[in-house]
Amino acid sequence: MIEANREGDVWVVAEQNDGQLHDVGLELLSKGRELAETLGVRLTAVVMGADVARHAERLIHHGADRVVAAEDALLAHYQTNPYAKVLCRLIEEHKPQIVIYGATPLGRDLAPRVASALRAGLTADCTDLDIGDHIEPGTKEKYDRLLLQIRPAFGGNIIATIVNPERWPQMATVREGVMRLPDADPSRRGEIIRFRPGLSAEDLPLKILDHTKAERKVNLKAARVIVAGGAGVGSKENFRLIWDLANSLGAAAGASRAAVDNGWIDKDHQVGQTGTTVRPALYIAVGISGAVQHRAGMSEAQKIVAINADPHAPIFQVAHYGIVGDLNRVIPMMIYAIKKRV
Amino acid sequence: MAYNIVVLIKQVPDTKRITGEAMRDDGTVNRSALPAIFNPEDLHALEAALELKERYGGRVTVVTMGPPQACEVLRESLERGADDVVLITDRRAAASDTLATSYILSCAVRKLNEPRRAGVNLVVCGRQAIDGDTAQVPPQTAEKLGWPQVTYVECVEEVAGGRLRARRNTGQGAERVECPLPCLLTVTDQAPAARPPSAKRIMAVKKARSRAEIERETPDPDQARARTEALQARGLLITQWDLQDIGADLAWCGRDGSPTKVKRIQSVVLKGSGFKKVEPTEEAIATMVHELIDDHTIG
Repeated sequence: MIEANREGDVWVVAEQNDGQLHDVGLELLSKGRELAETLGVRLTAVVMGADVARHAERLIHHGADRVVAAEDALLAHYQTNPYAKVLCRLIEEHKPQIVIYGATPLGRDLAPRVASALRAGLTADCTDLDIGDHIEPGTKEKYDRLLLQIRPAFGGNIIATIVNPERWPQMATVREGVMRLPDADPSRRGEIIRFRPGLSAEDLPLKILDHTKAERKVNLKAARVIVAGGAGVGSKENFRLIWDLANSLGAAAGASRAAVDNGWIDKDHQVGQTGTTVRPALYIAVGISGAVQHRAGMSEAQKIVAINADPHAPIFQVAHYGIVGDLNRVIPMMIYAIKKRV
Repeated sequence: MAYNIVVLIKQVPDTKRITGEAMRDDGTVNRSALPAIFNPEDLHALEAALELKERYGGRVTVVTMGPPQACEVLRESLERGADDVVLITDRRAAASDTLATSYILSCAVRKLNEPRRAGVNLVVCGRQAIDGDTAQVPPQTAEKLGWPQVTYVECVEEVAGGRLRARRNTGQGAERVECPLPCLLTVTDQAPAARPPSAKRIMAVKKARSRAEIERETPDPDQARARTEALQARGLLITQWDLQDIGADLAWCGRDGSPTKVKRIQSVVLKGSGFKKVEPTEEAIATMVHELIDDHTIG
C-alpha cells in the first residue's frame, strides 16, 4: 500500500502497439497537463515496450515534462503480468500521486491488475477528471486537492464523482475520444529516463501464438457527419435508408447498440458508451430513442438532428432539430432536399 | 482430464431498458421500472464453462455475491446446466467497490479450491457488468489469486496439457494465446451465446432455495427448518456463505475495504434544450437542410 505523496507527479500510461503510440495516451496528456499544473507538479508519461524511448519526443511535444521509457525485449508484445510488474515497480519507486490510463482493452486489462497489487483505488472509464477538495461524510475528515474521477454509472443514468482519499496513487482509466487530442508543440523540452526492468521468462506466463491487426472498417472518430440508425429503423433491409442518407451527405454510418445487436450493421459502427465516442459537426439520429448509453457517445456533436416516431423519445432533449415522423417518409425527403441543393 | 470451473456472475438492473417509458418527466430514470436480470456477458461466461465441461468433463460451479434475491440468477444457472451454485451474501459486504468485491470473490474461489474439495482449474467471468461497466473485478480477482488472466476472450479453442488456448480481442485486432492453468478468463458477447434453459431442469430446480430465501418466505422457524432439511435431502438447498464462511478479513470488505469513495451522484437530467421542431413535410425539411448548409454544417 502506498501512502499519499503530495509531491508526486501526475502520470499518464502511454500505450503503444507494434511501435505505434495509441492516440488515447496523447489525449490523456492534455488532461494530465491541466491536472499537473493545478497541482504544481510534473507530468510524466510512462511507455513500456521493447524499443520505446523513441516515442519520448512525441510525448514531450504533447505535454509531458518527463518520459519514463521501460524497455525490455520481453515487453515487445503486451501481456498482463510483466507489464503490471514493471508498472508496479515504477509506481512504488517514484510514488506518483495520480496515474491515468486509456480505457482501451489493454488499459482495462492492465490497470485493475496494478490497482489490486498496490491495493489502490481505480475508477473505470472516466469521462472527466478534475482536482478538488473532499470531506468524508462519515469522519468529517477534509482532504485537499484530490483527483475527482467523474464517470457515468448505472448504464450512464447517473454521473458519479469518485475520490480515493487515502490509498494512493489515485488511478483512473479514461475513455478514448473523450479528451481532445492536443496539437503538438515542437518547442517543448523534457527529460527522458530509461528503465531496464530485467525481466525473465518466468515473468511471462502467456505464450502469444499469433496476432492479427484488424483495420476498423469505419473511422467514426474522424467523420464530420454521421448518420446513425437505431431500433426504430426496424429491419436490416430498412437500414439501407441510413446508408442512402449517409451517402448523400458523404457521411459515415453509425448505429445504436440495438441496431448492432439486431445484426443490421457491424459493431465497428456502434456509437455510445460501449462503442465509439464521437464529436462530429453533424449527427443525424434516426430511430434512436436516445438511451443515456448512446447519448454518452454523441451528445458533444455540434449539431444534432433527431428523427423519431415517438415524440417523447429522450433523443429530442439533446437535439437541435427534431422531426417527429415516419423515417420511411422523412429520409427520402431529406435526401431529395440535399441532392436538389448540392 | 476433467476441469473444475467456477463462473462468477452478477445480477444487474436491466439498464438497456432505459428508453422513453423508464424516464420520469423530470428527465431522471425510474430505476424501479427496470427488471433485475442475469448480467448479459455472464451468460456467455456460463456457456464457455458448460462447453468445456461437455468436451472434457468436470463440474461447473456458479458463484454470485449479492442480496438473497440474487438466487434468481443462480436458479437460472442451474436451469442452464450448472452443477453447483453458491450465494455469497452478507450485509458487511455492502458498499464494496471493485477492489473489495474482488477480494471477497477471491476468498470464495480459494474456499472452493481447498484441498478437501475437488479444486478449481479455471475461473470464467463475463467481461463486465452492465450496471457499473468497469470490467475491473475479474483482473483484480485474478491478481489476488496470483493466477494469470486472459481478458476479452471470444473463443476458447482447447485445453490440453494443463494449458488453455483462447482467442481474444485486443481492440486493435485479435490474438491467440496459450495460458497455463489455473487461470481466469473474461469472455465478451462475441463468444457463443448461452444455451436456453432445459424444460426438464426448470422443473427440477424450481424449488431450489437458499437459507436466506427460506427464512424470508417461511417466517415460522420450525417450518423453515423442516423446509431447509427437506430441500437439503433433495439437493435443492442453495449453498449460502457469509464473509466468515469464506475466511474473509473484514478490513478488506465493504466500505472499509474500499479505497474509492463516492463523493457525489448526479442523476442525468436531460436539459430539454428546446430543439427546433421540424414538421415531416418536404418544405420544412428543405428549410432545415438549407439552414445546415448555410451555417456550413454540411456541404
